[in-house]
Amino acid sequence: MCLAVPVLLKQKRDDSGTIDLGGVEREVSLLLTPEAQEGDYVIVHAGFAISVLDREEAEATLSLFRELADSQGQ
Amino acid sequence: MRYLSDFRDAAACAALAERIRRLAHGAGEMQFMEFCGGHTHAIARHGLRSLLPENVRLVSGPGCPVCVSSQGDVDRAVALAGRDGVTVVTFGDMMQVPGSEGSLQEARALGADVRVVYSPADALRLAVDCPGRQVVFLGVGFETTAPAVAATVLQAQRQGITNYSVLSLHKLTPPAMRAVLDAGEVRLDGVIGPGHVSTVIGAGAWRFLPEEHGLGCAVAGFEPADLLLAVAELVRMVVEGRPEVANCYRRSVSDGGNSRALAVMEQAFQVVDADWRGLGVVPASGLHFRPELADLDAGARLALPKLESREPAGCRCGEVLRGVLEPSQCPLFGSACTPESPVGPCMVSTEGACSAHYLLREAG
Repeated sequence: MCLAVPVLLKQKRDDSGTIDLGGVEREVSLLLTPEAQEGDYVIVHAGFAISVLDREEAEATLSLFRELADSQGQ
Repeated sequence: MRYLSDFRDAAACAALAERIRRLAHGAGEMQFMEFCGGHTHAIARHGLRSLLPENVRLVSGPGCPVCVSSQGDVDRAVALAGRDGVTVVTFGDMMQVPGSEGSLQEARALGADVRVVYSPADALRLAVDCPGRQVVFLGVGFETTAPAVAATVLQAQRQGITNYSVLSLHKLTPPAMRAVLDAGEVRLDGVIGPGHVSTVIGAGAWRFLPEEHGLGCAVAGFEPADLLLAVAELVRMVVEGRPEVANCYRRSVSDGGNSRALAVMEQAFQVVDADWRGLGVVPASGLHFRPELADLDAGARLALPKLESREPAGCRCGEVLRGVLEPSQCPLFGSACTPESPVGPCMVSTEGACSAHYLLREAG
């Protein structure tokens, strides 16, 4: 029940929004993440977005992984 | 979607596994606890144990909210489901958990009105749609779920919805981690911090681990590379002898957490002692409604009596939840107790350690 994944926030209406979950549209509550904007990736748990994914931090972690993979390849 | 696929990248995982192997080489035995049931499931699903060197071991902790609900909690839920005019609403994982007198699923087969939902918001909508019934949501979950349930309760109060209530079985994770460490039954060298709980409470909530217990903590996401990065960080901390809190899930977790979610939770709940399967009563580890929201407390509104509870015979879930017994060491594992016919909650929930180990065994 704690499994949650990043999903794209397609539409926002006041304190709720529509996400795309593997081709199925679902309504989620944005009460806990009022800062979420359309086009953001949000982490959804039990029908509520609990965080807005920080793209800069995601890219920074992915860069670290790429560096590690490159250094192993050499 | 690249924010999933890139964190599953095989080259990155291989590089991280190699980093762990190099760091751990010659460093002695290390044992890390993954607290979170979501991590337990991900570790099994992606076969991550097989990527670790022999001297680095992962052990599962009490981080599955369904599993740690006490037998008494399950019995109260089943008793509520048997009441006339009551609809019990729950997440799917709770349906099969055996109580002393059967499960919610069995209660439904006998005619009780039990519904499964994806969100507590669905339960509140059901209450609006069924004004003639008392709709009770089973509030099972950690700090990840509690703010969502709190939000529905506050909404019900604002809108004057009088047929919605919650049986709050919510539990708090840091006190449970303290209880595991204070019991001293399992030797640990570090902890993989729960990713989505920490999204709400903040990575800083785990600072007591290095400060009071000398243990490193790496907060992790749920993709294979996330978890391997966290293990690499924990191994590094052991080798360097410098335990700290490493936030390896910065794209979702900040140091202070989600202040809005924490405020909503604080508005609805107060901290109380709570009974955990396997750990017993853990001080200041549960959430009950504030007195001004007592009308939304299903236990009070529907006057649940004290029930006599019995643990399932032979079930060792309590020891599995404390990290002192591997699921496969339980005599019932894989024979009398399987996901199709579970004896205890750790085999029922997809996040349970027994279910995860069974999945791994099936995968070969």
